[in-house]
Formats: sequence, C-alpha cells, structure tokens
Amino acid sequence: MKRLNPYLTGGITPDWIDYLLAFQAAGADAVEIGLPFSDPMLDGATIQQASDQALRRGATVASILTDLTEARERIHLPLIAMTYANLVFRGDPFTTSPATGGGPEAFCRRLADAGLSGLIVPDVPIDEVDRLEAAATAAGIDLVLLAAPVTPPDRLAEIGRRSRGFIYAVSVMDTTGERDALATTAAPLAARIKAVTDLPVLLGFGISTPDQAATAARAGDGVVIGAALMRRVLDGASPDDLRGEVAAFRAALDQVDQEVPAAHAHAQISGDRR
Amino acid sequence: MSGTEVATMSAPTAAGRFGQFGGRYVPESLVPACAALEAAFREAWADPAFHERLARLRADYAGRPTALTPAETLSAQLGVTLLLKREDLAHTGSHKINNVLGQALLAQRMGKTRLIAETGAGQHGVATATAAALFGMRATVYMGERDIARQRLNVFRMELLGAEVVPVTSGSRTLKDATNEAMRAWVAAVDEAHFCLGSVAGPHPYPWLVRELQRVIGEEARAQTPVIPDVVVACVGGGSNAAGTFAGFVDTPARLIGVEAAGGAAMTNGTPGVVHGYRSLVLQDTHGQVREAESIAAGLDYPGVGPEHAHLGTSGRAEYRTVTDAEVLDALRRLARSEGIICALESAHAVAWVLRAAGTPDLPTGSTVLLTLSGRGDKDMATLAGEVQ
Repeated sequence: MKRLNPYLTGGITPDWIDYLLAFQAAGADAVEIGLPFSDPMLDGATIQQASDQALRRGATVASILTDLTEARERIHLPLIAMTYANLVFRGDPFTTSPATGGGPEAFCRRLADAGLSGLIVPDVPIDEVDRLEAAATAAGIDLVLLAAPVTPPDRLAEIGRRSRGFIYAVSVMDTTGERDALATTAAPLAARIKAVTDLPVLLGFGISTPDQAATAARAGDGVVIGAALMRRVLDGASPDDLRGEVAAFRAALDQVDQEVPAAHAHAQISGDRR
Repeated sequence: MSGTEVATMSAPTAAGRFGQFGGRYVPESLVPACAALEAAFREAWADPAFHERLARLRADYAGRPTALTPAETLSAQLGVTLLLKREDLAHTGSHKINNVLGQALLAQRMGKTRLIAETGAGQHGVATATAAALFGMRATVYMGERDIARQRLNVFRMELLGAEVVPVTSGSRTLKDATNEAMRAWVAAVDEAHFCLGSVAGPHPYPWLVRELQRVIGEEARAQTPVIPDVVVACVGGGSNAAGTFAGFVDTPARLIGVEAAGGAAMTNGTPGVVHGYRSLVLQDTHGQVREAESIAAGLDYPGVGPEHAHLGTSGRAEYRTVTDAEVLDALRRLARSEGIICALESAHAVAWVLRAAGTPDLPTGSTVLLTLSGRGDKDMATLAGEVQ
C-alpha cells in the first residue's frame, strides 16, 4: 500500500492537534510533526512561515510534546518528529558550557516518552550522525535518513544501510515548497534508492497535488506532503478542510494501489512458473 | 583538541573540526558541494600557479600589502604604541576582498558561473559583486531588509557592479536571515553557483578556507611590525578579519583579543549550538531558538561566531571582550579626529576596547598593540549622521 505521510508544524495554531486528528481520519499512515526552529535551512517560505507562526505563539519542543502526550489516546498512527540539529543537540553534556537539555540522548528519550516513533533531522548528514544514531537506537526511535538527487552511489548505499523506518527521498534540488510539477529528479532518485535498500522509499519536497503524489508514489512507496497543507492552515483553513485535502491525496494513492495488483499478479504468476 | 592545533591554526580535522567545534551540518543536497569545494581548495592550495595568480590579484588589483600605520596621536594620549593594520585601504574598502578574490578564483577553477553571497553591512556583498564583475560571473547577494535600509550606499555599489541584491524579509531581517536565505538559494543552484561565504563560519571547509584566505592580514602585519606586539586585537562578528590577523601571531607570545558587539556577543554570551551548517557558540534562548543579535554595526549583527574562535576561546589561546554601541561611536569619532581615519563601525569595536583598556592591567602603559582596522566607514555615514554630532 502506498504510504501517505502528511506534515504538520507542531503548535501552528491553538487547535493544532485537531489537524493531526483530521489527517488521521483522512487515512494518513503516519504524521510528521515539525518541531519549529528559528533558522530552518532546508525549508522554503511556507514551512518557514508556519514555524515562525508556531514560535510566535510560544510553541516549544516541550509544549508540543506535552500536547501530543495529552492527545495520545486519540492518536492511533505513528508520529515522526522533523526538526533541526540545534534542537536535537541542545545541552550536549560533552560541551564546555551545557545549557539545560541533555543532548541527543535526552532528546530522543523525550520523543519516545511522548509517543513518537521516528525522527528526521535534515541538517545532520551521515558524516555527523553517529552519536544521534546511537541515541535514537537506544531510545527506540527510528532515525530516518534523507537522500538527495546529488547523493553519490557509495553514500546512498550507506544511507540505505543506516536509515530506519523508511528513506526520505528529497525529490528535488530545492527547499520545501509547492511546485507546479513533480521534479524530473524524483523518479530516478527513487529508483536508485530502491536498488540499494529494501526499506520503503517516501518522496517529499514539492509534491503539491494529488496527481503529483500519484506520480511520485508510482516511483516510490509513498509521499510526504508538507507545504501544500501548511499553506492551507496558514490561510485559515479548518481541520475539516484539511481532512478533505488529505483525503484527496489518500484517494490518489489508493488509485495507484489499484494499478499495482495487475503487475504484482503478473509477477506472482511468473514466479509460480519458475 | 591538541595544543599544536591551537598554536598553529593549522588545518581542521578531517571532519572539519577545531576541537569540538565546526563540522558540516548541512542537508544531504549540499554535502557533495561542500566535499567538492574542499577537494578543489586542497588541490588549488597545493598548486603554485593558484598562489601566483592570487598573489598577483592581491598586489595589482586589491592593493596589497596594505599599510601598517602607527596611530601617533592616540598612542601618545593612551600611553601605548598603537599600530593599525589598514584593511580599510584595500580595494572595495575592507578585508572582505581578500577572501572573495580567493573564492572567485576557486569558483572559476571549479567551472562555476555564478556567485551567491550573504551580506550584513554590505562589505562582503560589495567584494563579491566586485569579484564577479572582474571574473565575468553573475552575482546574487542576499541582504536583510533592515541592513538594506541602513547600508544603502553599499546596496547601490553592488547594483552598480551588476549584482542582484535580494532583500530578505524573514526573521530579524539582518545577516542571520540573509545567511539562511543564501544557503537555501545555493541548494537550488548548486550546479552552476558557488556559495561565496563571507566569514569564518558555515560548514567545513568554509571556516578553514576563509581563514587561509584572510591569513594574509596577519602575515603581512607580522612582517611589517618591528617587534612582536604584546597584544593583537580585532573585531569579531563571524570573525574573519580576526582569524586572519590571529593566524599571523598565534605562534608568538602576543595576547590575541577579539572584540564583540555587546548585543551580538556569541563568544561571550553564546552556548554550544548548530546553526548555518556548523557547530559553535551561538546566541540562543533556553529552548534552542537562535536569538537575534543587536548591534549598531550591521556586520556584527550575527548570533554565531566562527568555530575556530570558539576553539581558541575555550582553549584559552584567545580572549574575547565586548564593547557597547556608545563606546563604539565614541571610538570612531576619536580615531577620526586624532588620526584622520574614519573606520567602519565594525572596526571601531576594536578601537573602543583599546580606549577602554589602555592604562589598565588589561593593557598596561607601554604595551605595543596591533589593531586590524577591518574596513572604512563610508558605508556608515547615514548611521553616523544620526548618531555623531
């Protein structure tokens, strides 16, 4: 089944948990919760604005995790945190003047305690990931690694080996944000990743419409939808409105799933004959 | 962290670290570009032809070596021997040209046709626009809206040189946000564009690369000073003029003093953090959000500091002090009236510390002080007109 992971900026509105529940009701497979950072290096204008709005409201990692903990009984799908290195490494006890926080070990434990099961940190590439990887493993958090169109084969293989849960394919050489068409780099990247790992490959960045999501899902195993949804939230759309949006993406992916059995059956028949 | 490393300001570790600071915290999309830049730099730096070309540009185009001017009146008044390393006399009016000429040469060698840069006070933007014009490249300079308003002269210079100046409206609308925006733009243009970073900050190899390109300040000054100074002082925002100056004296007994803006003092008030692709000391709140720096000098309005400074500071080899905007304005005026030199607001931070410390145990009477004047003050006239009578 093609996976649908919508993204939601934690704390973007006072009723932000209602958007999460709407995503769940609309058939999301998991939700990525953005823990807003003041200087989001890989985000475009929309997600940046969403983060700013959440921060202006006073959202913090702590407040977002508290909201999630309180809503835990109503949430039945996996939650994956997405944030930047500074929040993850904050209070690193090995530094000379530690602030409160406790470094990636404490950060990952806090995620696990709040019921999250995954973590994406776009500005921690594999070269810098060792300690975070160990901390995530110890806390039972799947550290999802990203691959980009320019990632060379040897790095791609290592990303494939070390990622947990799925591989996040950054489908375009750009920041997050809506685009008119799915990038031409998306499908080739998905194919290259699938060649080096058995993990599911989810495509993200610039996937803005159900049609684009369907095209992307044919190349990979699912999609992450971020800016297209956050723009609606910033424009004042209600959780109900967003349920409709996410349901449209769900329907497009389900349609792709309908296409699959024929090919799959053919493969099975071929296999039976062997 | 090894003592040798501190003493020589040599290359960082393979991972780009100076002690615990530095590194390469960038999205996967930028990793190959950083690696390619590192490889190109290592190769170029080992190539005598590259050095020859750079030396020729420095001499014939940038006007190096810059003078070392004894500040005679101030010296007499303060009871110290104050020597000014005059980066304000370099082409485009600041030390920024040293870095940019080197990076533009590298970019050309790598087949890039476009330079992307961030700028605060505009001096790095002007230097980048200048090099782009000289090398026949396109230049796009990201600048905070607030800095555009207070540095109009430099915006005009950049545009006259053919660069596109892109106003940045996010966050504090200063250097911090211009840096974010420039890095994001680089992601989308990485094939054709070189990110011409303006300070000893950013992901590996930038802090090392920029320090090596600014090393010329310290090496020239070392050759020009009759004696090893007791104190070497420079202003610190990201810290490139200070790093270049310190590199010439780090192996001597000279005390190294970096002077920060009180409202933008990452060395003094920062805590370890990761921003703009590197780990260093960063001004941040208790939740890990990066704080907005505040300084009268747009070039020092930055919440981070180069990782090598964090290393030099925590290891004790260099010391960092802060001065207030009021002290800076006073220092600028005093230097202008006593020596006939109107320096940049950034550089006036270093002067302000000397004025405050001279005759105290921090800078005893009779000391010899080498001070890098990182740039000239023309760009600050609008600000000064409102502040200085």
